[in-house]
Amino acid sequence: MTPHAVAALAGPVLDPIVDLRRMLALHFMVNAFRAGTVVAVLAAVVGWLMVLRRQSFAGHTLAVVSFPGAASAIWLGVSATAGYFAGSIAAALVIALVPRSVAGRPGGQESAVIGTVQAFALACGALFVSLYGGFLDSITGLLFGSFLGVSDSQVLTLGAVAVAVLAVLAVIGRPLLFATVDGAVAAARGVPTRALSVAFLLVLGCTAAEVSQVTGALLVFALLVMPAAAAQQVTARPVAGLVLAVGFGLAVVWVSLSVAFWSPWPVGFWVSTFGFALYVGAAGGRVAVARHRRTPVGGRRGAGERERGRALAPGVVGA
Amino acid sequence: MTTAAFFVLAHPFLESAFAAGTAIALASGLIGSVVVLRGQVFAGDALSHVAFTGALAALALGVDLRLGLYGGCLAFALLLAVLGRRTGADDTVIGSVFAWVLGLGALFLSLFTTSSSGTGGNGTAGVSVLFGSILGLTGGQALLDTAVALAVVAGMVAIGRPLLFASLDPAVAAARGVPVRALSTAFFVLLGLTAGVATQAVGALLLLGLLAAPAGAAQRMTARPFLALWLSAALAVGSMWAGLTIAYLAPLAPPSFGILGVATAVYLATFAWPALTRHRGAGSTRATPPATVSGSGGVIGAR
Amino acid sequence: MAEDRTIGADPAVHLADATVRLGGRDIWAHVDLDIAPGTFVAILGPNGAGKSTLVKAVLGVVPLAGGRLEVFGRPPGEGGGDIGYLPQRRSFDPGMRVRGVDVVRMGADGDRWGLPLPWGAGRRNRDARVDDVIDLVGATAYARRPIGEMSGGEQQRLLIAQALVRNPRLLLLDEPLDSLDLPNQAAVASLIADISRAAGITVLIVAHDVNPIASALDGVVYVARGHAVSGTPDEVITTETLSALYDTPIEVLTTSDGRRVVVGQPDAASHHAGPHGHAHGDTGTHDQGERR
Repeated sequence: MTPHAVAALAGPVLDPIVDLRRMLALHFMVNAFRAGTVVAVLAAVVGWLMVLRRQSFAGHTLAVVSFPGAASAIWLGVSATAGYFAGSIAAALVIALVPRSVAGRPGGQESAVIGTVQAFALACGALFVSLYGGFLDSITGLLFGSFLGVSDSQVLTLGAVAVAVLAVLAVIGRPLLFATVDGAVAAARGVPTRALSVAFLLVLGCTAAEVSQVTGALLVFALLVMPAAAAQQVTARPVAGLVLAVGFGLAVVWVSLSVAFWSPWPVGFWVSTFGFALYVGAAGGRVAVARHRRTPVGGRRGAGERERGRALAPGVVGA
Repeated sequence: MTTAAFFVLAHPFLESAFAAGTAIALASGLIGSVVVLRGQVFAGDALSHVAFTGALAALALGVDLRLGLYGGCLAFALLLAVLGRRTGADDTVIGSVFAWVLGLGALFLSLFTTSSSGTGGNGTAGVSVLFGSILGLTGGQALLDTAVALAVVAGMVAIGRPLLFASLDPAVAAARGVPVRALSTAFFVLLGLTAGVATQAVGALLLLGLLAAPAGAAQRMTARPFLALWLSAALAVGSMWAGLTIAYLAPLAPPSFGILGVATAVYLATFAWPALTRHRGAGSTRATPPATVSGSGGVIGAR
Repeated sequence: MAEDRTIGADPAVHLADATVRLGGRDIWAHVDLDIAPGTFVAILGPNGAGKSTLVKAVLGVVPLAGGRLEVFGRPPGEGGGDIGYLPQRRSFDPGMRVRGVDVVRMGADGDRWGLPLPWGAGRRNRDARVDDVIDLVGATAYARRPIGEMSGGEQQRLLIAQALVRNPRLLLLDEPLDSLDLPNQAAVASLIADISRAAGITVLIVAHDVNPIASALDGVVYVARGHAVSGTPDEVITTETLSALYDTPIEVLTTSDGRRVVVGQPDAASHHAGPHGHAHGDTGTHDQGERR
């Protein structure tokens, strides 16, 4: 029996200190927490921008593509981590380099492409898993997350990539935000909006690959979108929002890992459930607060309201 | 050709697979075409998650998986029909809901595989929901699936013309007396049935590809909606036959990989070879002014 | 009422024999135009004539196919903070969770690389300037709310603040009044006029309808059929001038309350017929997104 099974079989004592100690006595759990922490921070920051840019589904697609990457890596005998990154980054490059005209009409065509890419990626993953004789366990782990067997080198890789990505974001974050909120004006000011979009796609690819390794390729939404979206529901202030997103992400990961350790159910389920609960709570809270203040959420203020401002010269006489 | 036919007939499981597969591909191609036309590919994505979770919930509860599969799909399809156009929920909300649904599915999968009521085929049932089991269909199952798929095909043939009208131009169609709302509901019900039946062929995770790829390819090849409809069906059936053949010749590869691989290759071909899209006509893209600034996110048209 | 700094100065915008070509056809050609600094000038014309294109050319976003264009004596595109820009028909997604004050701040330093330091004199100065300009446009009461939740008029005020925050010498406004209701049109128009007069800013405003801004105008540029005519409103918006420009009978009527109505102008030939009143052609495409 694996140490995990032994510990889990014994069940939680429901004394947090004791349970925590027992859990963290296992090296792979320590690694799992390290990995989860790193990934949560990265996902919160990148996810905050991604939600603002309405690119949630691009993030999801990039993560789905990491599944065949990881599966093929296992089949080839290489580390799965490398496979995750290779899959997502390659896909990000393809999306970035595909000229816009090929994307075709907006609406139906673009989604048909994304849907096909997702399905084909999953099919390839199934192929590779079948090739190396993997069973349901490995598929479940790759698709829905598993914290077993997080190695030291994996933690180091995740950490290094996260640091690199965050450094890049520190440099390009401000003009990227400008380009996101106000593309035309930013471009007029000389901000290289197209190059920044490409750069962000690559950032997103790396992040999706990182998150996949914690939540599984299909459930990255839980860490990439939900904490950041919840934070944005609470506040529209950028710095506060980012900090809150990171806090939410860490909370979701830590709680999910702890609960998943003691339960037989996949960590991806727990992450998505807690993340979703958080998001619904934040959104619901915002609606409730707004109703309490009797300010319409998303409503419009009266057109006839007079704003106070500095006294200006009265209306101009004809030129 | 005849030798191939005899070969198929000599192997019962192949016969079931080809029969059911053809019908399913036909249905998927037809309805997928309308899905892409209406710009509602997301509905297919959502349905795939619901199919997965529904089927596994049924398995975990110990009932026939088709109960959960069809039940979930149809219930969700009716929900979509009732909700109508996007009410203002954006990508974040929709994606979050379906991520959670998928997470639930993972739970049910885990419950099912660890439940003591499961037989040695637990793992197989889970995988077959995920990635399909067309070669593993029994005669009875195949018969039912073929019947359902053919019902969808018949439905599409019956309502195809007014449905296309209502999809392309709802306001004008309504003015002409076309029951847009009822057609929309019928469409979603057919889509739900297709999702249920396609899950058994290529799996819940991949049914989106069967809906999107042949339809997308057909739409790139022609701008005429009816032609696209039948072209999409033809491409889907072709992909199915080719995929099943590959699956027979290369048993290590899952059959759904072959089917989807061919469908994707065809779609890819319409991008790589402009000659195939030569007949697009009115739908062709225009040259965009070079100065188009590429913002993203917050800028939309006037309120 | 010219101010001292405008006498004898170089024109703010100077076009000589300028031509712009987009999508293979000449939008307008051989245009000669001088806009004096500190003046309030409207760019008028029918749909698709190239009004927005003129603005984009001044910004340097659209290159000239021929002729010369100078902004304050320099080639276009080098203005940086000297030019404030309000693009056409911006309306923020109702779900956009960014505050109005942050949108204005981006106008101040959003194009700079690296992270802003949360301390220091530079930061304080910037914040003070942002608060000042928000106060100037009268948006202090609601600036700290998410911009997606504001009305059209409120959003426009904040966007004007964003365009003004770096003390530009030239303000380019592309149909800023288009999506506003009438009372807001009047309010925003007079706000722009007052600010520009007080600070001596040159204002180029693209408009469909001259009437909300007529009383503040120093000059008019009328773009139609590949040409542009400029002068004072009384010179340009006349039956004779417009008929000559369009080469077809046009009548300019003046109503009893002084408003001018142009009758008989054909729309410029556009690529595709759209709903009445929408600008097409040079104003870029609207991405409808996926219907759900």
